[in-house]
Amino acid sequence: MSRLILVRMGELKISESPDFLGCTGLGSCIGLVIYDSQKKIGGLAHIILPEAGRNGNSPDKPGKYADTAIPKLIEDLCKAGAERNQLWAKIAGGAHMFSFDTDIGRIGERNTEKVREILKEIKVPLKGMDCGGKSGRTIKFCLESGELKIKTFHKGEKIV
Amino acid sequence: MSDQISRLTPFQIDALREVGNIGAGNSATALAQFLEREIKMEVPGARILSLEEIPEIMGGEERLVGCVLLRMLGEAPGKIVYLVDEKSMYRLLTLALGYEPQEISGEMEQSALQEIANILSGSFLNSINKMTGFNCVQSLPSFVLDMAGAVLGSIAAHEGQFGDQALFLETSFYEGDNKIFSKFFLIPEPGSLEKILGAIGAETDEQIDPGANG
Repeated sequence: MSRLILVRMGELKISESPDFLGCTGLGSCIGLVIYDSQKKIGGLAHIILPEAGRNGNSPDKPGKYADTAIPKLIEDLCKAGAERNQLWAKIAGGAHMFSFDTDIGRIGERNTEKVREILKEIKVPLKGMDCGGKSGRTIKFCLESGELKIKTFHKGEKIV
Repeated sequence: MSDQISRLTPFQIDALREVGNIGAGNSATALAQFLEREIKMEVPGARILSLEEIPEIMGGEERLVGCVLLRMLGEAPGKIVYLVDEKSMYRLLTLALGYEPQEISGEMEQSALQEIANILSGSFLNSINKMTGFNCVQSLPSFVLDMAGAVLGSIAAHEGQFGDQALFLETSFYEGDNKIFSKFFLIPEPGSLEKILGAIGAETDEQIDPGANG
């Protein structure tokens, strides 16, 4: 029996095939999947902001920030039996929901940049992404196939 | 911000609820004049919510909502957020346009919704100005039609740069028996809440440093 495990804002969760991991209504937030396709173990983080440092770090919620979510996700996956050198990532989200040009418009973009920068730095290959734009996204990751399905109101469905 | 909000006393929350009450009352009057209908309103609530609860306010993260975001500029900077669900958007548009629209994502419909929100938030802001003696003005509104989770999550993410909690003043309007399910939120920037409370005579007992704890 496969389950759909939902990951809410600031959370991170791991599971294995045949389950699904998902986030509903991603705006400027990022849904980051890290996956071991051999073992079919994967994790999903619902990242809100790029960095914990200047935001008064909240260690109980490492999933909130890109720079705390990524190491924690990898640590949890390896503890669950995943191989560090087999891991790859997929990301979606980071939309620019509001049109006027303020900080609120740039959070999505900054989130995307930060996640990509960290993944590159720690050498986790980025296998697929669907980021930016103006639309909110709902995502579902299949832990059997490694497919990330993305749904939006304005543009329908796609798979990366 | 979280620190500032978590230290509010019940008396201060009541005072803010009253600000919301008067503000929403003025908005309802302005809406009634615009639509040439009688508009009633629900007694508003002043609520403190954590970041994670915000996307669920509109009854589900994937629910389609219309959201207008305005910046409040001046003595007490912050944001005004007006949210309305899909059914209520059709109701408002039918009242405003005089016919039932086929869709709500058209240019005409979006501009009408934006105008309604502009009227509502403008009168809300006016009453805050009257109560406090401030001269706050509003920015041009930004309208988004999308999933509740995506819209509110993005606003919450921005507030999250200041703290983990946000303060919302909320209300709903009625046209006859039709509920216009809408939420009206005021999200003050750090320091603004203190200024509003000070101006209406509900000062904090101790001095709050808005910079403390980010």
